[in-house]
Amino acid sequence: MIQEWLDERLSVSALSEMARKKEVPVHRYSIWYYFGGMTLFLFVVQVVTGILLLLYYRPSAENAFESVQFIVTEVQFGWLIRSIHSWSANLMIATLFIHLFSVFFLRAYRRPREMTWVSGVVLLFIVICFGFSGYLLPWNKLAYFATKVGTEIAGVVPIVGHTVLRFLRGGDDVTGATLTRFFGFHVAVLPATATVFLAVHVLLVQLHGMSVPPSLKDQNVSKMKFIPNFLLRDLIGWILAIGVLAALAALFPWELGEKADPFAPAPAGIKPEWYFLFMFQTLKYLPAKILGMDGEVLGIMTFNIVALLLFIVPFVDSGPENRKRRLIFNIIGVLALLYIAVMTIIGYVT
Amino acid sequence: MKNTLPDSTARTIGPPAVESRRRFLDYLLGTSAVATLGAIVYPIIRFMSPPKVIESTESSVVAAKLNEIPVNSGKIFKFGSKPGILVRTDSGELKAFSAVCTHLDCIVQYQPETKQIWCACHNGHYNLNGKNVAGPPPRPLEEFKVNTRGDEIVVSKA
Repeated sequence: MIQEWLDERLSVSALSEMARKKEVPVHRYSIWYYFGGMTLFLFVVQVVTGILLLLYYRPSAENAFESVQFIVTEVQFGWLIRSIHSWSANLMIATLFIHLFSVFFLRAYRRPREMTWVSGVVLLFIVICFGFSGYLLPWNKLAYFATKVGTEIAGVVPIVGHTVLRFLRGGDDVTGATLTRFFGFHVAVLPATATVFLAVHVLLVQLHGMSVPPSLKDQNVSKMKFIPNFLLRDLIGWILAIGVLAALAALFPWELGEKADPFAPAPAGIKPEWYFLFMFQTLKYLPAKILGMDGEVLGIMTFNIVALLLFIVPFVDSGPENRKRRLIFNIIGVLALLYIAVMTIIGYVT
Repeated sequence: MKNTLPDSTARTIGPPAVESRRRFLDYLLGTSAVATLGAIVYPIIRFMSPPKVIESTESSVVAAKLNEIPVNSGKIFKFGSKPGILVRTDSGELKAFSAVCTHLDCIVQYQPETKQIWCACHNGHYNLNGKNVAGPPPRPLEEFKVNTRGDEIVVSKA
């Protein structure tokens, strides 16, 4: 009865029929299929813990640090929720990078999945903006200088830079106005945008099904049912993730640091979050002047251009299979991975 | 004759008139839509751009008392809304600069070991004339004038 009533209005049976028909190819690269779902799961963790933090957080230069202090010292399980929010953010960026590189190397972005890739790259940038804006919210020293440097980096982009800088900071300097803005981006603008792109991204994956790597195309690839076989495997991963998050939050609670002070020097040994470390380390190495240009302007513009190149990957690697092009793409991918890894390690140990 | 007149007018005047009337209405509709959109978007864009805050016009400030700053040390002071750095060199000379690193806006500090001004963010070094001598900073620090008035150290814009 109820089923019929719902079906007539919501076509539930069509949806469940689709879910029942969904299959996942089984082959030696199948493990990489889990990282998209894992990223999505960690995003859900972010939404839930983020809403919880909103119950106590106060977004102003006078109150922000104290309110986070209150959360981690006074609120019951506040330390846990806040730590999980920070750890989950970091793990989400890690799984997102794994997802990105696995899709790249398995060439799952090829026709007809170009727009799935493009929406994914947009989500990558949204997630980075989430990380950057959320980092400022505790209003501690590290966050203060990270935001000063980060927004100044946006400011060195030619022509539009200064306008962007003032828009981000809510003025010429990083102040309480910046905090209020970043809070607005972090809890309203970015979640709304992310939801839209996430919906498109996931919908496109349903539309096209899972991609089988071109190298396995001529082999006979067996399939497993998404429901329940693959979903149950996903579930195990998510339960493991909850365990890892709880363990990390309990053993390595996220530090709060010292309250930001606009009249104190940057603390020695200051470093950005690990996912910005390779760019940070590059900026350290660049000399003041390169070919008459400010070194950091050149470096930042290069990173911007490389980031934009991500969008066109599926359109450059299009058309019929070509072994030479495939080799070039693999080399570029490996070099990028090596560069990020080496610079990150140097950034950590120095 | 009576029959053909409305016919011919309809053919020669009617349709083009209707067409140009339609084009005119389309034009009105289009421009109204653009104007409405503009009237909505413009205030939003202006709202997002933060208002200019009047910079404090003070051209000099008491940065510290003489006894607050020993030889071979530095101190951050407030110069309006911006930080400045006051340094007392080994020889007892007083120097003052803007404390804002010219690289990416961090706040610098005095390093007694190297006797240089140092930015922790990207390892930039300046000498005691404010000149960028190592690391990524592209320009020297802005230098201020230093005077003593009794035991007060007064810093002013050059």
